[in-house]
Amino acid sequence: MSLTSSQKPTQPLPSFPKALTGIIGLDEITGGGLPKDRPTLICGGTGCGKTLFSIEFIVHGAVMYDEPGVFMSFEEKAEELVLNVASLGYDLNQLQQDKLIRLDHVRIERSEIEETGEYDLDGLFIRLGHAIDSIGAKRVVLDTIENLFSGLLDQGILRAELRRLFEWLKVKKVTTIITGERGGGTLTRHGLEEYISDCVILLDHRVTNQISTRLLRIVKYRGSVHGTNEYPFLIDRSGISVLPVTSLTLTHDVTSERISSGIPSLDKMLEGKGFFRGSSILVSGTAGTGKTSIAASFAHEACNRKERCIYFAFEESPQQIIRNMRSIGFDLQQHIDAGLLKFHASRPTLNGLEMHLVSIHKLIEDFDPHLVVLDPITNLITVGTVSEVKSMLIRLIDFLQSRQITVMFTALSLNTIVSEQTDEGVSSLVDAWLLVRDIESNGERNRGMYVMKSRGMKHSNQVREFVITDGGLHLVDVFLSPEGVLTGSAREAQQLQEVTGKALRDYALNRKDREIERKRLVLESKIASLKEEFESVQDELNKAYVEEELRKDVLEKNREQLIKNRHNEQ
Amino acid sequence: MIEQVITPDTDSDGDGQKYELRLFVTGASINSIRAIANLKHICETYLAGNYTLEIIDVYQQRMLAESEQIIALPLLIKKMPLPQRRLIGDMSDTEKVLKGLGIAHTS
Repeated sequence: MSLTSSQKPTQPLPSFPKALTGIIGLDEITGGGLPKDRPTLICGGTGCGKTLFSIEFIVHGAVMYDEPGVFMSFEEKAEELVLNVASLGYDLNQLQQDKLIRLDHVRIERSEIEETGEYDLDGLFIRLGHAIDSIGAKRVVLDTIENLFSGLLDQGILRAELRRLFEWLKVKKVTTIITGERGGGTLTRHGLEEYISDCVILLDHRVTNQISTRLLRIVKYRGSVHGTNEYPFLIDRSGISVLPVTSLTLTHDVTSERISSGIPSLDKMLEGKGFFRGSSILVSGTAGTGKTSIAASFAHEACNRKERCIYFAFEESPQQIIRNMRSIGFDLQQHIDAGLLKFHASRPTLNGLEMHLVSIHKLIEDFDPHLVVLDPITNLITVGTVSEVKSMLIRLIDFLQSRQITVMFTALSLNTIVSEQTDEGVSSLVDAWLLVRDIESNGERNRGMYVMKSRGMKHSNQVREFVITDGGLHLVDVFLSPEGVLTGSAREAQQLQEVTGKALRDYALNRKDREIERKRLVLESKIASLKEEFESVQDELNKAYVEEELRKDVLEKNREQLIKNRHNEQ
Repeated sequence: MIEQVITPDTDSDGDGQKYELRLFVTGASINSIRAIANLKHICETYLAGNYTLEIIDVYQQRMLAESEQIIALPLLIKKMPLPQRRLIGDMSDTEKVLKGLGIAHTS
């Protein structure tokens, strides 16, 4: 059987029908919601959010999934429910008028009732049946049906009738939530879990170190895979959000688009293009190494590209950051005014990690940013342990990557031993890790920056000196000298020395050139004088030669004359 | 204790006020039939001529289930005299029915 199904993966197996709850995160853990047309038990102690949970199930069903619902309350009156839910932004009265929801408050007053013999709960059946049929309900909540146990004495009848009720609800084909108060040793005070075998969800509310955390666990879910962990959940203005501690998959899209870090020389270290969009970047370093400045620069650059950015500050107030960043040439205020930048400053101790995570989630959902900055994450350790912070960050990174949001964390390292721990904890999660480190030598501290890792790109392996100036942030090549790596004033001295050396070399070169020129002139003049000399010698020689000729001529003439004269005498 | 309180009550009520009773049942179920029979017997015995009994089949008037806060059936509501009382069950426990109705038990 299993072989044939694995051989034909294209043939879809009938999937387990589920009803979406619309509660953020829960549908993810349950793989699509609660078992459709079956009862689900939600149990937990007082004030753990059972009623809210179930009312959200009903309201979401009615509003989002076109599944009307009946809410039968054994505790709160309809008017009270309407008021309670109004704070979440739902108008139950309107929904009731639109026949999407029906509220029914069941009132049982022990003192008014006298039991006079055999009875059954047909009244409840008829009542519920009528409510379901009148609006065509697909969802039902019974909150908290255990109250019947205090109103009616005959437990035997009650249990038999409840069993019948749950069977009847299955036949009715409605997805039901039954809530139950947690009892000592059992999931519910009256053992309702005996009757509901399809899905049981346990809610818990725990306080550790004065910080409360709400937790949700799926105790059982017949016929379906489900997350088995305890998942923290939050109740805030918009209702319940459950956060899967680790999302079940690692299948988010990636892009190869690159974004600038706002520091051109840093981009140059990263193939000249900067970070990948949607990646997570960790900037860690000791105190005062300029982590916040790097983060602000990144945010500033994103806003310059007209992208939205949220800056979560856990250490400084927004005004403080704006003022400080103005001193190095970043005007963040203009981005806030333009609605591109949003600061969210809160003390880490304000609430638990989970609450932080949820408020981050909420803000991100609302603002839909392209870039998120958390500065610094190490402060969160004051509210949780390293492993808790890590698990929170895993979830956050997961969430952000699924939305293609780039995130930059800054982390403070106190001293090497502690720092390595935190860094390592997070560093395996992040895509890029910049380390800013104090380099102490020659009586001064300078900042050195390394790209420790940067997934998926070539990156420089060099240490750069990180300089903060009025005009922004720069990375300067460090100088390698026989004494080692030079930074700060040593680097400047070295730079000066090199400039001097160059001037000297240039001067020497000039002198050589001039000497050659002079030599050439001297030689040339020598050549000229020799030429003159030669000409004069030649002249001399020529003169002798001409004289000889002349003499010869004259002698000839004389001889002829003599001859002529002799003839005449004769 | 309770009887002592109720006794003068019923005495004064017994003078002028009629018992106004409504019995909610579900069709012809065993409990319903028993409840009707038992109640009629009790009324005839203790309240002869001084009561009105309305028997309502909830299946026929399902709207009533919500408005009358009905859960368990059969249900007897004593509308008058005040205070209102609710009795559930097949009315086989005569003692309890009488107590619920606020009738002095004189046997």
